[in-house]
Amino acid sequence: MPKWVDILLIPLINLALALFVSGLVVAYIGENPFEAVAILVKGAVGSPYGWGYTLYYTTNFIFTGLAVAVAFHARLFNIGGEGQAGLGGLGVALVLLALPWPHWSIALLAAMVGAMAFGAFWAAIPAYLLAKRGSHIVITTIMFNFIASALLVYLLVNVIKVPGSMSPETARFGVSLPNANDVLPWVGFPRSTPLNVTFVVALLACVAVWVLIWRTRLGYEIRAYGHSEPAALYAGISPVRIIMVTMLISGGLSGLMAINAVMGEAERLVLDPVQGAGFVGIAVALMGRSHPVGVFLAALLFGMLYQGGAELEFERPAITREMIVVIQALVILFTGALDNMVRSPVERFFVNLNKRAA
Amino acid sequence: MSDVQTLQQGRSDGAALAIELRGISKSFGPVQANKDISIQVAKGTIHGIIGENGAGKSTLMSILYGFYKADAGEIFVGGQKTAIPDSQAAIAAGIGMVFQHFKLVENFTVLENVILGAEEGGLLKPSLGKARKLLGQLAKDYEMDVDPDAVIEDLSVGLHQRVEILKALYRQADILILDEPTGVLTPSEADHLFRILKGLRDQGKTIILITHKLREIMDITDTVSVMRRGEMTATVKTRDTSPEQLAELMVGRKVLLRVDKVPATPGKTVLEVENLRVRDAQGVERLKGVSLDIRAGEVLGIAGVAGNGQSELLEVLGGYATGDGVVRLNGQAIDLSGRYSDGRSRRASGIAHVPEDRQREGLIMDYHAWENTGFGYHHDPAYSSGIFMNNRALKQDTIDKMERFDVRPPNPNLQAKSFSGGNQQKIVVAREIERNPDLLLIGQPTRGVDIGAIEFIHKQIVALRDAGKAVLLVSVELDEIMALSDRIAVMFDGQIMGERLPSETNETELGLLMAGVQQGAA
Repeated sequence: MPKWVDILLIPLINLALALFVSGLVVAYIGENPFEAVAILVKGAVGSPYGWGYTLYYTTNFIFTGLAVAVAFHARLFNIGGEGQAGLGGLGVALVLLALPWPHWSIALLAAMVGAMAFGAFWAAIPAYLLAKRGSHIVITTIMFNFIASALLVYLLVNVIKVPGSMSPETARFGVSLPNANDVLPWVGFPRSTPLNVTFVVALLACVAVWVLIWRTRLGYEIRAYGHSEPAALYAGISPVRIIMVTMLISGGLSGLMAINAVMGEAERLVLDPVQGAGFVGIAVALMGRSHPVGVFLAALLFGMLYQGGAELEFERPAITREMIVVIQALVILFTGALDNMVRSPVERFFVNLNKRAA
Repeated sequence: MSDVQTLQQGRSDGAALAIELRGISKSFGPVQANKDISIQVAKGTIHGIIGENGAGKSTLMSILYGFYKADAGEIFVGGQKTAIPDSQAAIAAGIGMVFQHFKLVENFTVLENVILGAEEGGLLKPSLGKARKLLGQLAKDYEMDVDPDAVIEDLSVGLHQRVEILKALYRQADILILDEPTGVLTPSEADHLFRILKGLRDQGKTIILITHKLREIMDITDTVSVMRRGEMTATVKTRDTSPEQLAELMVGRKVLLRVDKVPATPGKTVLEVENLRVRDAQGVERLKGVSLDIRAGEVLGIAGVAGNGQSELLEVLGGYATGDGVVRLNGQAIDLSGRYSDGRSRRASGIAHVPEDRQREGLIMDYHAWENTGFGYHHDPAYSSGIFMNNRALKQDTIDKMERFDVRPPNPNLQAKSFSGGNQQKIVVAREIERNPDLLLIGQPTRGVDIGAIEFIHKQIVALRDAGKAVLLVSVELDEIMALSDRIAVMFDGQIMGERLPSETNETELGLLMAGVQQGAA
């Protein structure tokens, strides 16, 4: 089977199927599915305003998608991106509130360190429990999502809230990141666009993950461990070390998502800063086949679905917020869970094609 | 070849046929496993089918037993054209199969296993009574003693196999197919099995024996068919052929069956093992105080039936199991359970290891050949610098190794899983031997490897020995142990039962040791 089939054709077929079923649902509630798709696409990429939101969401999903992808390479199913990103947000807030930062660039670097350290820390505990005690990483990471959520509520309500304020959020940070309007004034992004320089950081993260997985010795060991633990042991690769290091990197990447949402957009830590991006990251990594390029494309798709979905909800009140979630869920269902339904017939088709050609 | 043809003709005119296959073809995707195969098996004979791994023997038998459906061809049983869509139909046609991996319920008794799937009616008692009577009869007729009330998990592997045969006979099989039956047996168990098979033949049963061991074919078959690359290359009467001729038919060229080597000139002691003990994850002691030593320029062969501690010995010496005791390499004690007990430290100290199971341990099957070339040695400055892998150097090294070790196809960008077993093994052997280690651990060097590659790998092992290195060879193939070793140690139940020189022992004596019978007691 040619490679382009695996990485391009099959995801596209999956996506088409998901949209087809979504169309049936939309038609069932009495709306025109073609119109709905047109509104969705136009809302996502039809204006600089739309692009600003689409790429802002994309940035979030790149970080959480990469986090899941890196862990996948070691056959670790880290579904704790939600909690790790939340803790990353706490790290960002603590760093940025600790000092009066003179320039956004220094503040960005410091905040990245804080975000990665806190995210990695939150992934390190489940990793340790797996490496040393054999606790199942899926169970522990999902539990840690709840613990993170409760911890953030407690801190925001009781500890780091602005004294005298009614709302559970920290004070505004003294620095803000340049947004797309500042950097590319001629494109016409609105002044308030959430898209900011973190997008560039996300692209760099894609490159860094690619280098890590396919060019470094650590990546070689991570993939070896992921393919076969007995072989890794034979080669002298320590499973404990691989589990710990991989999860630290994964948690750190999740944590970086908070740079975009907390430092770039909200400019303060609010309740639930992650808003489900950690879970979307799982779908993004699945659809992107754990490859940084695939993750980027899948993140872009989900960014469009988020932004376009919001527009659709606004334009067509019959299509509610829940309907948008249904559509997103269908995309996840077809691209992730039902992948083999499409894959095996396509594979058979190409095998037969080759046989006839031979 | 013409005399072969006449033989075939002569036979088919004579005796009645138990089974005839005509023009059987089967392909899996692009792989043609069976190409237009025709074979005639005479009633009341033992018919051997021999061929290398992947020659299509098992596929052919699976078609006969209804596991696969042939793309083309016809099956005749007892002269009648028969369709065999599933194993029920095969059983109804009187065909019984004993698989390489037994299919028994571990916590059932022998009787319960025998009637399983062939119960008559809703109550078990009548069937159990019938089976008990039959088992008594068979025990008398064919030396097939087995306690009908014993639970399977308490029985030895040899007895498991006997239960499988009993199962087939209980279903009134007239034709018995055995797939690689001796792989798990000690030599004496194998002899016993052959006596049983001969007895069954003399009673008029037909037996088809699938194997890759030439010796078994020569010992007990009446007729032998040779398969190569999905085709049936010849069918000959066993008494009219020789192992050399069969090997040539299997491989398609002349093969050296013996290993040419000069006597060893052992030097200083390289490896000393004293009172080595290993427990598995369940806390069961697998090595119960093993002591041995190997000198430079010497091959020590460890003989034994699989599962008697050989794997644990390799694992602890290779650094991925922990143990107690003393192991010294060139006089230096090796850490067996602490911080430096891992594969990387072992490699650094001069131990190379070709593991028993290349697909599980020796290779990453999804990695390209070039990635596998550095596997375990990926910290070597030749393969990596700083935090980065030196992929270009790895690829070049792979191309060189592939040429020196005749790996086919010589393409470093193929994944390990796309090579044949023999070529996969060559990739592993090339990687380990070319490190020029002081001690080579090598487990089952030729398991699932074709004859041509066996010859090559054996030569490499002997060459390493002649270069003054120590080799620890673990194999369940007694022929291989006898051919390569300068000394033979026999393992049974986690202990060394004794050491022998190949020139002063024979398979009978080794077989007794492998079965745990101490000298004098026998």
